[in-house]
Amino acid sequence: MSPAARIEAAGLGASYGAGAVALRDVSFAAEGGQAVAVLGPNGGGKTTLFRALLGELATVAGTFSIEGAIAYVPQTERSRLDFPVSALDVALMGAYARTSWYRRVTAADRALARAALEQVGLGERAHERFGALSGGQRQRVLIARALVQDAGVLLLDEPFAGVDQTSEDAIMGILDALRAEGRVLLIATHDVEQARGWDRVLCLRGEQIAYGEPSSTLTNAVLEATYGAEIVMLDCGHRAVAIQHHDHAH
Amino acid sequence: MEILHSGLLQRALLEIVVLGGACGALGVWLLHLRHAYAAESLAHAMLPGLVLASLAGLPLLAGAGAGVLVSAALIALATRDTRVGSEIAVGIVVTTAFGLGALLALSPAVPVGLDKLLFGDLLGAGAADLFAAGALAALVAGALAAGHRRLTLAVFDPVSAPSLGVRPGGVELALLALLAIAVAAAVLSLGNLLLFALLVAPAAAGMRLGRSLRAQLGLAAGLGSAAGLLGLIASSELDLAAGGSIALAAVALYAVAAIARPGAPRAARRTPMEALGGSR
Repeated sequence: MSPAARIEAAGLGASYGAGAVALRDVSFAAEGGQAVAVLGPNGGGKTTLFRALLGELATVAGTFSIEGAIAYVPQTERSRLDFPVSALDVALMGAYARTSWYRRVTAADRALARAALEQVGLGERAHERFGALSGGQRQRVLIARALVQDAGVLLLDEPFAGVDQTSEDAIMGILDALRAEGRVLLIATHDVEQARGWDRVLCLRGEQIAYGEPSSTLTNAVLEATYGAEIVMLDCGHRAVAIQHHDHAH
Repeated sequence: MEILHSGLLQRALLEIVVLGGACGALGVWLLHLRHAYAAESLAHAMLPGLVLASLAGLPLLAGAGAGVLVSAALIALATRDTRVGSEIAVGIVVTTAFGLGALLALSPAVPVGLDKLLFGDLLGAGAADLFAAGALAALVAGALAAGHRRLTLAVFDPVSAPSLGVRPGGVELALLALLAIAVAAAVLSLGNLLLFALLVAPAAAGMRLGRSLRAQLGLAAGLGSAAGLLGLIASSELDLAAGGSIALAAVALYAVAAIARPGAPRAARRTPMEALGGSR
């Protein structure tokens, strides 16, 4: 991997073209080896933040800086599962940006893609059709693609959505390994209890509500300010569950 | 078999085999990007432009491009009225363009008759037509090869594509431009109405039979050429219209593919407006 990664934002605001500002006042910093849970309701700004950090949206305020390559790991349902590509084909897409249109993908990049699939535990499934894999396996292939990009900063969009416990444990193991390698992980999630296990949490609701270590940040007041009526407190307020609305638009 | 002895039929055969292969491969990407409806709409919408270019002695490609641009502008204008939905706007503009083109083509001053614009004149293929077919096939093959990775990303993962260096909107626009060129180049041979069959049916068959993307492209190109060969043979032996025979041969090959692999996965259905680039 490239030298140590880092990401920082200061007063970041973003909008979709000439429309209203979709996200404002986001300030955080994360070093290599840290995982940041990005919490917020649907429409709260998680995807907006990711798109702004990827340079796809106009920044209307503040600044951000990224040391190391950045990669986006989407939810697998947003990919065309009927498209005839193998797991290796998908992993190899991580090399497309650095391959000129008139050149073939290099043998070195092919080897990198195979190694990335091995790293996520799918080396033996390299030639299986992507759409035929389970949800958890597909998520791991997309993580492998980010590794081929040699990304120091990974933006993961709800990587545990729709996967079973076995797959969740496998993905968690991979993410722990990526942290140990010195990569920065930003993980959009609705799982408040899981977020308590990460290094930092960033709470968004159109703007930054809070950022910091989970133990001091995930107070009931912060969760209610973040989720409004979509948070349910259990165990006399010791446990919180965010109500998830499944997006069927895609 | 007459085709073995007739120079006219052999020239037609060479042209249709080349065009069929190019259309088949191009059709695979059109179907994966769910632009089959756009392909048909484009072919109809450019008819007035083709006729006017023919009247003015201008290159047909210029007329085709102008026809498409004007239709796109009219669609955009129509959809400003919120009472008119996108699908209605497309339907009105395309049928209006087609009707206008048909009326213009009936003018005695038009060098190319309406029947030839609609159904093609494959048996009238000359050296210039063969050259155009060869040039088109080379352009399609080269463009699809050069754009293979971009097309793959734009279809498979348009959400992540920008972060991987690909703009899906630009890729789709480039493919539609290639389609416009293919239609303009092939319309006099295959006809405005029948060209669509050669763009869609062999591609659909190839996608049913092929397990990988490269296999689908190869099969679609081969089946497109095969449809041309079979259709022209049927036309010459049974004294049938060449264009219609080729179109039916293309559809028949798809039917065989569908019987051979009835359980093949299908792409999720999409409304016509989504096929024209509406919301996903």
